[in-house]
Amino acid sequence: MIKQTKSGKRKRLNQSIMFWVFRVLSLSVVAVLFIILAFIFIKGFKVLSWDFITQSPTEGMTSGGIYPAIIGTLWLIAGSMVFAFPIGVLAGIYNHEYAAWKPLKVFIRIMTNNLAGVPSIVFGLFGMSLFVNKLGFGDSILAGSLTLGLLALPVVIRTTEESLAAVDNSFRRASLALGATKWQTTSRVVFPIAFPNILTGLILSIGRVSGETAPILFTVAAYFLPKLPSGIFDQVMALPYHLYVLATSGIDVEKSRPIAYGTALVLIMIVLIMNLLANVLRNYFGRKYKVK
Amino acid sequence: MKVIETIDLNVHYKEVHALKNVTMSMNKLSITALMGPSGCGKSTYLRALNRMNDLIEGCKVSGQVLIEGDNAYARDIHVDDLRKKVGMVFQKPNPFPMSIFENVAYGLRVNGVRDKKFIHEQVEKAIHQAALWDEVKDFLKKSAMDLSGGQQQRLCIARALVIEPSVLLMDEPTSALDPISSAKIEELMFDLKKNYTIVIVTHNIQQAARISDNTAFFYIGELIELGTTKEIFTNPKNERTQNYITGRFG
Repeated sequence: MIKQTKSGKRKRLNQSIMFWVFRVLSLSVVAVLFIILAFIFIKGFKVLSWDFITQSPTEGMTSGGIYPAIIGTLWLIAGSMVFAFPIGVLAGIYNHEYAAWKPLKVFIRIMTNNLAGVPSIVFGLFGMSLFVNKLGFGDSILAGSLTLGLLALPVVIRTTEESLAAVDNSFRRASLALGATKWQTTSRVVFPIAFPNILTGLILSIGRVSGETAPILFTVAAYFLPKLPSGIFDQVMALPYHLYVLATSGIDVEKSRPIAYGTALVLIMIVLIMNLLANVLRNYFGRKYKVK
Repeated sequence: MKVIETIDLNVHYKEVHALKNVTMSMNKLSITALMGPSGCGKSTYLRALNRMNDLIEGCKVSGQVLIEGDNAYARDIHVDDLRKKVGMVFQKPNPFPMSIFENVAYGLRVNGVRDKKFIHEQVEKAIHQAALWDEVKDFLKKSAMDLSGGQQQRLCIARALVIEPSVLLMDEPTSALDPISSAKIEELMFDLKKNYTIVIVTHNIQQAARISDNTAFFYIGELIELGTTKEIFTNPKNERTQNYITGRFG
């Protein structure tokens, strides 16, 4: 006969209590995201229209659209990608696959983590003094992209390292045992396997970068500039800064509030679309280089 | 003719003296089995032959490894040239996440072969040699990850054979496989012996008895006894060898 015991009851009670704690906590994280999204959506979707995303702001930013800011943000995303991706991925590869001397490896890792911890306003200040003033790029897409690129760099490096670390060593050994060099092994076997994960990390880092305000404040963002940029030395408007302006220092803050929420909604949508794209690409490449 | 010869081979992993003064040689087109209990140095010895030990941090090798008369550790020998001559098959099947064809073609491609026709011929030949052709000939473009464990291991053998090494090192190649797949690989080794000098590490005493011409018994980093497999299994000279093959320890 199988009997109920007192200690058995107790451990099952403990089990279900802990299970509910975990369940409630993780669901509350999801709830927070949904509340933010719902809030922004309810407040912002009224102003959302085709004109809103294809027209310039008018009447002191109290009506009209946010087209220049969308274009500006897309420029900055593309620009920062161009700088951060190759440098970050190559640095990550170096540090994980090549750096043989352990102290150097650890030093680079600590410095990368420190870089990730630098407040974004400090990046903005640094970008202003180096790119805008010292190198003379002025307030420009180039200066802003470089600054945002620096901000994204540690994330890209760490994602690359972590993705490479997830590649089973047996693949490296198999390749080396066939007379392949380290570079052949890295570029033909290890990198393709790690690529889907690296890509996801890259796109997620874009999500972060596209919402940053502080780094573009002194380096590129224009308060009001209905004209589209004609090159990388032009200033642009950008969504996060535009949102900041509309919410705090517009001509009529009360009147432009709905537009502010609309702007927030567009910004969030861009980030969500990026994340969606990351998943689609990861699944595509993940199938191509399926490990198991 | 001696294809592999080691003279006073010593391997240290940091403070651990993993291999002690091992002097032995393998004749051309023979199968030599290395056996012994875990940690006896047999895998270390195998990896010393194609310098895979170089990848292990803190590993130091002294003494000589001669592959067809050339010192594998000489300064003017490039490790990738050495590994082209001395192929290796690992314990766990580890095909690349690529197509079956590309897995085998990889060895040719990294060694600079561009001629498509030649690559096709060599790949087909290698898959034939690994006794896998009939099972995969219609799916060469399919991912190698979809094959069974035994097929994957034979694919790894084909991958090692395609660059035509003179030596094939096998590190417990059947320990992760079911008995039927293992039997297929053992059968395959008899065919491979016609063209390759094989060194196999095995935990399985019966396997060593079945397939090898010569057997070496290692114990705590030392080569205890080396002889023809028949001698070792019928009339071992050393007491520890006798105890090991009769299952008294190991």
